[in-house]
Amino acid sequence: MEIKKVVRDLQVVHSIRLNQRHFILDLQSPDTLPLILPGQFAQVLVADSPSTFLRRPFSIHSVDYSRNSFRLLIQIRGEGTRHLSELTEGDLLNIIFPLGNSFSLPATKEVLLVGGGAGVAPLLFFAQLLSQNHIHPTILLGFRTKEEVSEIEEYSKYGKVLITTDDGTEGEKGMVINHSVFRSGLPGFKKIYSCGPAAMMKAVAGIAREHNTDCEVSLENTMACGFGVCLCCITPTDKGNERVCVEGPVFNAGRITW
Amino acid sequence: MADLSINIAGLHFKNPVTTASGTFGYGDEFREFIDLGRLGGIFVKAVTGKNRNGNAYPRMAETPAGMLNSVGLQNKGIDHFCREIYPKIMNFDTHIIVNVSGSTVEEYVEVAERINELEKVPAIELNISCPNVKLGGMAFGTVPAMATEVTAAVRKVYKKVLMVKLSPNVTSITDLAKAVTDGGADVITLINTLLGMAIDAEQRRPVLSTITGGLSGPAIKPVALRMVWQVHKAVNIPVVGLGGIMNATDAIEFIIAGASAVQVGTANFIDPAISVKIVDGIEDYLNRHRIGSVSELVGVLRTE
Repeated sequence: MEIKKVVRDLQVVHSIRLNQRHFILDLQSPDTLPLILPGQFAQVLVADSPSTFLRRPFSIHSVDYSRNSFRLLIQIRGEGTRHLSELTEGDLLNIIFPLGNSFSLPATKEVLLVGGGAGVAPLLFFAQLLSQNHIHPTILLGFRTKEEVSEIEEYSKYGKVLITTDDGTEGEKGMVINHSVFRSGLPGFKKIYSCGPAAMMKAVAGIAREHNTDCEVSLENTMACGFGVCLCCITPTDKGNERVCVEGPVFNAGRITW
Repeated sequence: MADLSINIAGLHFKNPVTTASGTFGYGDEFREFIDLGRLGGIFVKAVTGKNRNGNAYPRMAETPAGMLNSVGLQNKGIDHFCREIYPKIMNFDTHIIVNVSGSTVEEYVEVAERINELEKVPAIELNISCPNVKLGGMAFGTVPAMATEVTAAVRKVYKKVLMVKLSPNVTSITDLAKAVTDGGADVITLINTLLGMAIDAEQRRPVLSTITGGLSGPAIKPVALRMVWQVHKAVNIPVVGLGGIMNATDAIEFIIAGASAVQVGTANFIDPAISVKIVDGIEDYLNRHRIGSVSELVGVLRTE
């Protein structure tokens, strides 16, 4: 199915600061939203920021069609994201969306979602869609420290939430890949969806392969255009180089040449 | 209403705005954003003799007012282009100009010969200047004798409009311009990307997998403008200018410097509709200045 892409000025409805490094932008479109699927992302133009040039890509965090709005969960990493963190109600953002492909609906109810860092962003949207399809995933989220643990109530609406923090201040200590759910042989999960740093996804993909479990990953390669023409964001796969912005960001983990 | 049309080496363009190779795919991806029929032409992604996977990731770095790329001519080769891509794009209502690349004279000739057979392609752009390929690409574009040789070899087999794209990574751009003119080029397009580098200070490693790459975007505009001006004065064949064009004013500056047409490249990544906005902006400029036709503006830079 060909999903329509648009270029639009969206208005900031509110900016919600979650903690020192993360915030959410709630954005409203002047026109009816096109269909957006979990896993897809948006290319955001950061205007008035002299040291940034290209758009910044962010996964769609959630969608509210009744308000023609969607949310982006943003991690502050540099000048562009810092600038976005200072936006307030009424500010306009020019955005190209929705881009990329989406997580596929599983043929099973035994689903595990694994997210780390800013990678958790698309998993809330996906958990909501799964729930609408009567699937209640186990949702494993990794954070650096207790201060950064956020939106657990939101995720809990859709499934059981497990947490890790690097420093052990909440949930299990260590990285997501160290969580007990992996050490006990992946009890009964028939499909895993993973989103986060490359090393994390590679490790999750490895465990999934060991247990013969289907696994989809959402890659975060650096990109220039975001809609398939520059060929900068490619990842090697079993069928040659594929574009993370068009053939991805979601890929069957077994196809990636890690 | 101003006349935006312009004749370049016998080829009629409805307006002087085209899109640069490597920034517009084969046109298809942009149909969602603009009406391709509004463009003067599209320079499609480079075609080589054989399939090329291109360079390893990462292939890009953002830099002040620009970006570096080291894509490395990823494409599926001339056979695939003729069989699968050309049939899909041949009926677009704008000139399809094929960017031809290779690492040997033989490869350039082979590809040019095949494109010569494609009825709906009125011109090729010989890419002798891509800085990302280890063999051939860089050398052809920086040594005048080799630039003449490859242009002349292609000229023998290619019967339509032959454009040659110059690299700016040379000591004398006018020497290269004269070299390809001597080789039989009908048009010169310039500039390709400037060779640059980016370093990740935290990791103490280069950002690009290939260490160096090609710089594009507003940062290179002053260099591109200077070279277009110099080449326009040095040769008698038409010049197409590119390098950091982000809006209509930039495009007008290139035309004033001597370009008969422009290519919009990296700007397409920021605003996929920018090329059409530039067409409208040029028309607006001509109307404001009561200039009847864009061809009157070519090379009118006043220096006394």
